[in-house]
Amino acid sequence: MCTMICEQANLEGSAKGVEGWFPLQQANVFYDHPFHAPWEYGVNIDFVNKSIGIGSRVSVELSPQSAKLLAETIIKALEKGEKDPQIKISVLD
Amino acid sequence: MYTTDQFEGMIANTTTIKGYNGDEINAYFARPEGPGPFPAIVVIHHLPGWDELYREFTRKFAHHGYLAISPDLYSREGKGTPEDVAAAVRAEGGVSDDQCMGDLQASAEFVLSLPNSNGKVGTFGTCSGGRHAFLAGCRLDIFDAIVECWGGNVIMNPDQLTEKQPKSPNEYTSQLSAPLLGLFGDLDQSPTPSQVNQHEQELKSAGKTFEFYRYPDAGHGFMYYDRPIYHQSSSVDAWQKVFSFLQKNIS
Repeated sequence: MCTMICEQANLEGSAKGVEGWFPLQQANVFYDHPFHAPWEYGVNIDFVNKSIGIGSRVSVELSPQSAKLLAETIIKALEKGEKDPQIKISVLD
Repeated sequence: MYTTDQFEGMIANTTTIKGYNGDEINAYFARPEGPGPFPAIVVIHHLPGWDELYREFTRKFAHHGYLAISPDLYSREGKGTPEDVAAAVRAEGGVSDDQCMGDLQASAEFVLSLPNSNGKVGTFGTCSGGRHAFLAGCRLDIFDAIVECWGGNVIMNPDQLTEKQPKSPNEYTSQLSAPLLGLFGDLDQSPTPSQVNQHEQELKSAGKTFEFYRYPDAGHGFMYYDRPIYHQSSSVDAWQKVFSFLQKNIS
């Protein structure tokens, strides 16, 4: 069955889809059936901007183990960056 | 029995029907050529969307002599690739049961209104479509046969209920108004074998007419030949069960 497990986060950033770059609005993180990856259940992440159109979507489908590794890797990179005194946090006003 | 000397023709195309709330929705409609009368079937797509696989399923039913219609249950979400549309629907928690039932009712009415209909209509669905098929058999009285393939979330825990899916389908079991065929894989994680047991027991207790078949070496989606989970011998047998059941009940 489809689990319908979906966690959502509003994000700032950019994603590159089929038609090029677009500003990000949201990430949808599902634990559900993938479209393409071969396992029955996986962690499927869609980076979307529905305000642009339903096709503004960048999708990755990961095994649960890979998803955990990705999450840990993002945190590691963030921790390194935040500790580096030469890096100032880049945010647009 | 299919023989090589018989004439065969089929027309298949997209059409529009008035669905739930009078909304215009797309549907894929495949039917055999000829005067009929033909039985009809409403083919309910799975959560991955109104996709190529479901068009092929729809044509398969037409090939076997059915007026087959597959409504796009995600028509209202927007247009795009089936995957993009399905991803958007999934992010919104799926479609509501009420809306889906309205679309299935409209689809059945459409095929029954055709001059070459034999006046009987069944429904077939897999995964979320299997759930919808069972629910339609309980909530709508228009169907004469129900094929539920590994219906997920036929039995829902209270914490799974939402505004769109406010009631677990198995709670409607006593209202089932047509014979039911259920096809399940024992390796499926949902419905699990114990959930299928519960589903079966509830049908027995309610005195319903049903046939359940379980395949010990099959998992979720075992009839999807485009997925690694495809299980050939189970799938071949399951299709035979489907057509035998429909022949008995609506042909």
